[in-house]
Parts: sequence; structure tokens; C-alpha cells
Amino acid sequence: MSSVILESRAEKKVEHLGDRVLQLIETCGRFARLVAATTRAVFRARLPVREVVRQLEAIGARSLTIVVLTALFTGMVLALQTGIALARFGAKPYVGSVIGLSLARELGPVLTALMVGGRVGAGITAEIGSMQVTEQVDAIRSMGADPVQKLVLPRVIAATLALPLLTVFANVLGVLGGLAIANAQFHISPNFYLQTIFDAVTLEDVMSGLAKTFVFGWIIAMVACFHGLNTSGGTVGVGRATTRTVVTASVAILISDFFLTQLMLAL
Amino acid sequence: MTADPVLDLRDVHKAFGRNRVLRGVDLAIRPGETFTILGGSGSGKSVCLKHMIGLMKPDSGQIFAFGEDITSASERALVGVRKNASMIFQSAALFDSLNVFENIAYPLREHRDWDEDRVSARVGECLEAVGLDGVEMIMPAELSGGMRKRVGVARGIALEPAAILYDEPTTGLDPANQRRIGELIRSLQQRLGVTSVIVTHELELCFAISDRVALLKRGRIAAMGSAREMQDSENPDVVSFLAGVHQQTDDESGAAPEGDSDGK
Repeated sequence: MSSVILESRAEKKVEHLGDRVLQLIETCGRFARLVAATTRAVFRARLPVREVVRQLEAIGARSLTIVVLTALFTGMVLALQTGIALARFGAKPYVGSVIGLSLARELGPVLTALMVGGRVGAGITAEIGSMQVTEQVDAIRSMGADPVQKLVLPRVIAATLALPLLTVFANVLGVLGGLAIANAQFHISPNFYLQTIFDAVTLEDVMSGLAKTFVFGWIIAMVACFHGLNTSGGTVGVGRATTRTVVTASVAILISDFFLTQLMLAL
Repeated sequence: MTADPVLDLRDVHKAFGRNRVLRGVDLAIRPGETFTILGGSGSGKSVCLKHMIGLMKPDSGQIFAFGEDITSASERALVGVRKNASMIFQSAALFDSLNVFENIAYPLREHRDWDEDRVSARVGECLEAVGLDGVEMIMPAELSGGMRKRVGVARGIALEPAAILYDEPTTGLDPANQRRIGELIRSLQQRLGVTSVIVTHELELCFAISDRVALLKRGRIAAMGSAREMQDSENPDVVSFLAGVHQQTDDESGAAPEGDSDGK
């Protein structure tokens, strides 16, 4: 008797797992279709320049505050931590080198992407998700227009362009934040600090970090638009979709960062 | 001899998961008529309407619009049909980020290569047709429910379509605005000669403006005829619907995602 119950429970678990796998495959398929439609729209349609500029302002310019704060404090805490660690080896004056390399290659791009991903990704999903549940996306389609061209393409282009620019900004501010602490806490002169950075950080380091941010920007916008367009269930659904975007985009950024770094190192 | 139908649904089936919303709908809308689909909440009226211009695809069956088979047409192939048949959404579905002028100009900018003066003149004409004036620069959030519906109609007629599909045009409005929207639908039909398809559960609106009426129940057309015939019908489904006991029966069969685009 009990073995029959156990078997039926096991069957249910397998069935549930099967459903989840099928759901995941279906979601991946729908995402791939959106990516394909967006790529086609780049070549097919007239570029919506005005909307791209509007999105650049919303995604780029309005993210400056959050990027400034993140970069400054990251630079400052990096200076504190590396200063203390390097002091153990008598290498305290080289705080600048470590900060410069860490920011340019890894922390600048990834932290900027995570912060912008949270702010911008949530915003895009909330906006498109609200349009979806209030039938505005259907209204676009009903007028013979393409929601991918009208909503997705401008946001993807703007996020892909904005993220590298924000990262440059973050790198510079992170270095300045580190400079303030290096000078105040460890009495390293600004000139020496900057000199160690210029000596240690090459253009290749900076470019390898920036190259990744194009991909991060694309991921943020694509994931956000995808969840926005697939929102259902009214305002509760919008909330759920927004949360999903922040989680998916953050995880995707961190995972893709590993593979992109591998790729950069191999090149 | 009757003219070829403008919009034609043949044995259309549609399910959302296990919820079978349409179970073999047959409808043929004739040119120039005002056709109303009656039905309780969740009976699949809006789903039916969305199939007519390809916003939803049927699981089986065929759909013809202006003589063209659009059953499995791509979004690109549907552009022509959608220029000819506009849809007025239940919530008006005005774009929140655009003012009234830009909302109405949207389809014109999409499909007409007109200069700004011509666009502006056409927007003015559309607003005049729905009895609105001086609201061009107002944002949709600042409009009342009735005004939003009328701006939605103005946007719907901008391209001078041959057919207009109204999804619950008077739901949520006060009696005065309900009457005004009803008169507007009738006057547009008379002045522009458009084919109108209306989805509603409001009997007063239905019998005031319809040439023909169909009752949708449990995913099928339960009865169809002229407004007079329907009012005099002895069909038990029609009688119970007109007596106001439809709600419970349709809800029992599972609600269709009315006014929401779930599960496309």
C-alpha cells in the first residue's frame, strides 16, 4: 500500500519536473524569437532615432546618480581594503595599481551593469508590462505597427550604447574615490597614485572591460523587454515581471561576465 | 443575394490551457452592418473580436478578413487588414506617454506619408467627429472615462477604416456617456458607412444600435438574428440572457481573459 503511495508521489514529482523543464524550454524559445525579431528590426526598419535619444536620456543620463555613488564608494572601499592588505607585504604605495586594474577589468563594468540593470531593467519591464496589461501593446499591433520596432529596438540600442559610457564614468569616479582614501588614509600623493595606475593599467585592460559592457547593456534591455511583453495578470503580474527581470538580468550579467572574461583572455 | 462578408469566422476554436473559450464559432459580418456580439463576462466575446484582426490566432478553424484568409497570417501580412479594420479597446488603450494629439496621429504617422499640417488637420477632423475640442495637448491620464473612450474612437477612425471593432465600448461609463457613445457609433456608421462589430453585455446599447445580434454562450453562437428577432426570441438561452441570468452559467464554464492579453 505504502509503496503505491510512494510511487504515485514520485510520478507526480517527475511530472512536475517535466512541466518545469518544458516551461523553461518554451521560455527560452520565446526569448530567442524576440532576439531574432529585434535583430531583424535593426536591418528592416527605419531606425527610431528620436525614441533612441529619449531612451538614452532615460537609461543613461538618469542613471548617473546611482553610478556616481556606486563608483565613488567602490573606489573608496577598494582603497581601504587593498591598502591594508598590501601593507602586510610592504606594497602599500601600489594601491593605485590594484584599484585601477580591478575597476577597469572587472568591478567598473560589472557593478555598473548590476546597478543599471536593477534600475533600468525594472523600469523598462514595469513600463512595457503596464502597456501589455492595459492592452496598449495590442493597440500598437492593431494599428499595423510592430511593438518590437516601437518598444524593444530603441531600448536595446540605447542600453547597449549607454552602458559603456556609464562604465567609463564609473571607472574615472572609482579611481578618484580611491585617490581620496589613498591620500587621506595612507598618505599616498595623488601624483604617485595616478602614476601607478598609468603604469599598471593598459589600454587593453580598459577595452576588455568596456567590450563586456556592450553585452551587459544588451542583456539588460532584452531581458527587461522580454519580461515586459510577457506580463500577464494585471498589476500583480507587473510586479512579478519586474522582480523576474532584476533577478534574471543580474544572474545573466554575472554568468556572462565569466564567459566573456574567458573569451577576452583567449583573444 | 447577400454581399461577401467583411469578416468571417468559420468553426473557430480557442483554448487557454484547459479553458476552452471558443468551441466552434461561426460568424459572418456583412459590409456596412452594425453587428453586436452579446455574452456574459468570460464568454469569449473579446477573444472572438481579437481573432477578427489577427491579434489572437485560433487553435483551429478559419478566419477571413476582407476576403483574405488571415488564419495563420504573419504580423507583416496583417498590416493591410489592420489598416482597414481598427479596434477600439475596452480600456481605450491610449498610450500613456503621448498626449491626445500624438495618440490620434500615431496611425497616421505609421501609414501615411503626410506633412505635419495634414496630420494636424486630420487629427482635428477625428476629434470633431467624436465631439471633442481643445483636448489635443492633454495627457490620457487627465481625461475622464468617457473622454478616453471617445479619443480611442477618434484614433480608431483616423485611417478611415472600412470596419471598426468595439470591445465593450460603454462598460464603466455613466448612463449619459453610455448614450453618447451609442449615438457616436451609430452616427459613424451612418456618416462613414463603416461596418461595426460591437462586443458588449449592455442590452440597451445593443438593441439601440444593432442591425444584427449574436449571443455567444459557452464558446458557441447560441442564437443569431436581427435585433427585433432576438428581442422576440423564445430560444431559452436568449430568454435567460435577456432576463439577466446569464452571468452564473457563463462563469461556471471558466472565464476567458477578457480585456487582457493573457495567453496569446
